[in-house]
Amino acid sequence: MNDATPNPKIIEPTIFELSSPGRKGVSMPASDVPEQPMPEKSLLRDDLPLPELAEVDVVRHYMRLSKFNYGVDDGFYPLGSCTMKYNPKINEDTCRLYGYLYTHPLQPIETVQGNLALMYELQEWLKEISGFAAVTLQPAAGAHGEFTGVLIMHAYHKSRKDAKRTKMLIPDAAHGTNPASVGMLGMTIQQIPSDARGNVDLAALKAACDETVVGMMLTNPNTLGLFDENIEQVVKIVHDCGGLMYGDGANLNALLGIVKPGDLGFDIMHFNLHKTFSVPHGGGGPGSGPVGVNSALAEFLPTPLVGMLESGNDDKPPLYGFIEPKKSIGRMKAFHGHFGGGLVRAYTYIAMHGADGLKDIAQYAVLNANYLLARLRATYHVPYDRICMHEFVAEGQFAGSDVRALDIAKRLMDYNFHPPTNYFPLIVHEALMIEPTETENKNTLDAFADALIKIADEAKSQPDLLHDAPKTTRFGRMDEVKAARELVLCCWLPEDYGD
Amino acid sequence: MTFIPISPTERDAMLSTIGVKHLDELFDSIPKKHRFPKLDLPPALAEMEASALLSDIAQANENVHEHLISFLGAGAYNHYIPSVVDHILRRGEFYTAYTPYQPEISQGTLQSIFEYQSLMTNLTGMEVSNASHYDGATAAAEAVNLAYAQFRGKRTKLIVSPTVHPQYRAVIRTYTEGMDLQVAGDDPNTNLEAGPEGLSGLLDQNTMLVMVQYPDFFGRIFDFSKLIDAAHKSGALVCVVANPTALILLKTPGEMGADIVVGEAQPFGIPLWYGGPYLGYFTTKKSFVHKMAGRLVGETVDSHGQRAYVLTLTAREQHIKRERATSNICTNQGLLALAAAVYMSSLGKIGLQEVADLCYQKAHYAADQLSKLKGYELCFDQPFFHEFALCCPKPVSEINAHLLEHGILGGYDLSNDYPTLKDRMLIAVTEMNTKEDIDALVEMLAEA
Repeated sequence: MNDATPNPKIIEPTIFELSSPGRKGVSMPASDVPEQPMPEKSLLRDDLPLPELAEVDVVRHYMRLSKFNYGVDDGFYPLGSCTMKYNPKINEDTCRLYGYLYTHPLQPIETVQGNLALMYELQEWLKEISGFAAVTLQPAAGAHGEFTGVLIMHAYHKSRKDAKRTKMLIPDAAHGTNPASVGMLGMTIQQIPSDARGNVDLAALKAACDETVVGMMLTNPNTLGLFDENIEQVVKIVHDCGGLMYGDGANLNALLGIVKPGDLGFDIMHFNLHKTFSVPHGGGGPGSGPVGVNSALAEFLPTPLVGMLESGNDDKPPLYGFIEPKKSIGRMKAFHGHFGGGLVRAYTYIAMHGADGLKDIAQYAVLNANYLLARLRATYHVPYDRICMHEFVAEGQFAGSDVRALDIAKRLMDYNFHPPTNYFPLIVHEALMIEPTETENKNTLDAFADALIKIADEAKSQPDLLHDAPKTTRFGRMDEVKAARELVLCCWLPEDYGD
Repeated sequence: MTFIPISPTERDAMLSTIGVKHLDELFDSIPKKHRFPKLDLPPALAEMEASALLSDIAQANENVHEHLISFLGAGAYNHYIPSVVDHILRRGEFYTAYTPYQPEISQGTLQSIFEYQSLMTNLTGMEVSNASHYDGATAAAEAVNLAYAQFRGKRTKLIVSPTVHPQYRAVIRTYTEGMDLQVAGDDPNTNLEAGPEGLSGLLDQNTMLVMVQYPDFFGRIFDFSKLIDAAHKSGALVCVVANPTALILLKTPGEMGADIVVGEAQPFGIPLWYGGPYLGYFTTKKSFVHKMAGRLVGETVDSHGQRAYVLTLTAREQHIKRERATSNICTNQGLLALAAAVYMSSLGKIGLQEVADLCYQKAHYAADQLSKLKGYELCFDQPFFHEFALCCPKPVSEINAHLLEHGILGGYDLSNDYPTLKDRMLIAVTEMNTKEDIDALVEMLAEA
């Protein structure tokens, strides 16, 4: 036990603590069928130890909890690599239209032609945006898309009876999901260093490329926010040794209408509809992670895909349905992907932007990042300092000071900003990874830059302000050691409940 | 329509601070021959136009709210969602936040996930729950990952009941491609009539996990206690894939001794949404918590001595453990875990019992009425919850075509996945089906 806090102060009771025996919430209609015999008692549970609350109790509880949160709707959220852009409100309405909300995934295709047409068209749009030949909408999130991609790479080599390929090349700046996705297939990983300009080190890449390479997983722009200046050479080196080129699409926001990853020679890429195409992040999901592939890999995609079964004419619309790729890796999840919460929102967003609108997104995302970089580089050391794409990584440390990136992040909360990503990528000391997105105005960016500059000054003059931050938020810093040591992972109704 | 809040004047001022003249100059590192491709996309729509377009597309569907009476389940269920659920979900503080990496300003998400974990463990009779998986199928696949990691790859046999949802079994096959597993029991042509005892004979010292479904894919209720005992005797773990609505009424898998209980929590406040996003729940015993994938919220205190919550045991996860992590999961189903928690708390114990009771009562009324029809009978005589297999006198596809003409979405055609189960329809009945709906189904089948 933590001796300092034997009785922590409860700011908001849990729903279990708010419960009162016999209190009723939302009720159901009375049964309209004759009473049926129940199964024998040994098959039934004795007790249902769940909360009993009235509707108003529930609403007020969650309203209070919501006020302890900070979302994009509250303010600037420059969480690098997560693309926390504004989520248009219209998406929230379109994804709840009855036709989407109340269709069952196993309905006959004739009754869901709207859904299938939307999915088909979204596949086509994503192909056009990315330069790939085929797209699956099935994966549930970015990491799920990565796993799909790695399975496809594995299946491709296996189909060519090229069993010796077991090594995946992954740059040192990669997201942790990349090696984890590879680990799920038992492949080995060779880490490729970055060079002084933040590009893939070509000499190291060449040395690593041999007949055992499955492929390379590359985020481009990479997690330093830099577009690899040698990308075509990187792709060629990997292809020359028979490897496939996987693109981690986490940073696609910087490339819309700027370049198609397929044109650069990438063979596979996942999209993050919850980053690039404004599906809200939901406090940690659901996301949506479609995967695009070149024509040689299309037959390996997860089953099923949406296809046009019969083309239409003036008198009748096309008939959409499901098709099974010939050498499919199988199913990645039940049913057809994150349709309602993911695909409908992304479709709405792309429909409202068109080609020029998408290009604007990338251009202004890059403009905003470079503007912040220009305002901050005199104060914060930026180790790979050149024109960045949609984000950049600064060092959150100062010579002669014990202030760390974490302290700067926490102090930013006192200025009403969500902190950037810290301690990632691993190749920058005390990393602060800043991604403003295109949906922030100049005033916000200026206020954020001013705050960071002021914090740098505080770090020298009053470092305790940072060590003790945040001061102005409802909750202060957490005792993470206590959480991990005591492992209180769930709560129950009070012991004297109902006595 | 754009959502970019920057005027041309502001843009030019920013470009000047950066030290370039034009936006295009920011993209010099992109290979010139591929730079600025022309995208062939439809012209941009105003919000009003987008709203109309999406509405038109939605109206090209027949939905189970306005057009069809549904008896279709098979892993996705049409339940009533109290209004309060979506009102909470629409709070921008919840849905526009991300994974709670900064606990000082994420206590709303963290406490609600902690409560979700607590609700799920109390429901399943288990000790710990993670913060969610993508869906029931991937949660089941992650249970296999856990078992594989638990035995460090030294046990390689997986026993899966053929009456686990066919799509879940398919996902498990995909997920375990790299594991060199021996999968047993997973044959859609055998042992369908009998209960779980048939699986006991497959147990051996190489078995890492036995997976069963509760109620099974045909809706049947079995007590797995004996099977679980037998599995434990051979050192294997047992995972039960359970429907959460059924657990309101039925003996918990925890009480039967299950090691892992996973499933699809879509019935708890998540719309059908044509199959997703849904909510995979994952609960287990505390002894397996270090092998469990996914986010986990634990209780702690903050610097003011206030009770608070944080993501804990993060060292298990991919961003620290990288290729040695059990799973690569990062983004999960946070908002839908919130939906399930609000659903469970707003109905509360009594409301949830009403839902489960209505499902049970109506399904049994339907089964009773349907089995009186000439040529129709229940395929199995075991107890069931809200779904049952009906043996029909002709192909299900023919019957369903007739039903659809009369506005009824018939049950699932079991011959899709089980070649020996010709002319058998899996019918789901929930609180959404009135007696009138059920009587209409009976009447239509009588004339089909």
